Amino acid sequence: MENPAFVHHAVLLSLVLFGLGTLGVFLRRNVITVLMCVELMLNGVNLAFVAFSRAHGTLDAQVLVFFVMVVAAAEAAVGLAIVIALHRHKDTLDLDAFNLMKG
Amino acid sequence: MDAVLFYVFAALAVASAVVVIAQRNAIYSAFALVVTLCSLAVIFALLGSPFIAALQVIVYAGAIMVLFLFVLMLLNVRREEDHPAAGGRTLRGVGLALVTLLVLQAGTVLLRSDLRPAAEFDASTVEMAETLFSPQFLYAFEATSILILAALVGAVVLAKKEL
Repeated sequence: MENPAFVHHAVLLSLVLFGLGTLGVFLRRNVITVLMCVELMLNGVNLAFVAFSRAHGTLDAQVLVFFVMVVAAAEAAVGLAIVIALHRHKDTLDLDAFNLMKG
Repeated sequence: MDAVLFYVFAALAVASAVVVIAQRNAIYSAFALVVTLCSLAVIFALLGSPFIAALQVIVYAGAIMVLFLFVLMLLNVRREEDHPAAGGRTLRGVGLALVTLLVLQAGTVLLRSDLRPAAEFDASTVEMAETLFSPQFLYAFEATSILILAALVGAVVLAKKEL
């Protein structure tokens, strides 16, 4: 890697991706799109981890990225199963329709 | 050459991330997310982490996104319609405020910090395997297999007809 500015710019990019993901979670009303925005946030975090790993010259952060990916896979599997169960109940994916536990 | 690739794929990642959150059709969102994930894989490779880049393409862009698309096709998702939701406006305001705050806070911190790449860095697959199987991470690594098994069983039970 030649350019020393990469690490800093990668962290800035991770910030932008995390912000866009957060915004998506609030803006969208489709359950599956919200889950995809969570994946986007996780990827922003992963990018920050990889950049920090490069900055410190150690592999510990990359191991953390590996664990984040494993947990994201598990989360996607369980989350989508819940989405299927919800769709079976209400016949819609609109978040506003799921208000059973509204206080 | 590296710099051109880095900034082109960074711009592509941001642009497709914007499409993910702006698109009302969930299928288009999913395809845009695949583009974001693949651009990020290129950036991981440029940051000297080929193992993570390969995992990103195989696990994220491959397995997880196929799962998402499979569920989208299975449920036959309609386009998100505009309707005057009571709580929607407030939620959007709160979201926008939160994100602006987050970006401003982190941006001011990051613009000051001086992040430089370390001189010595070896993130080859062999090094990664040695780290993962080192006593420090071995038990956590083995525990992930239990997590995956639990998620697998949980997903099957949740998606079953008779809940």
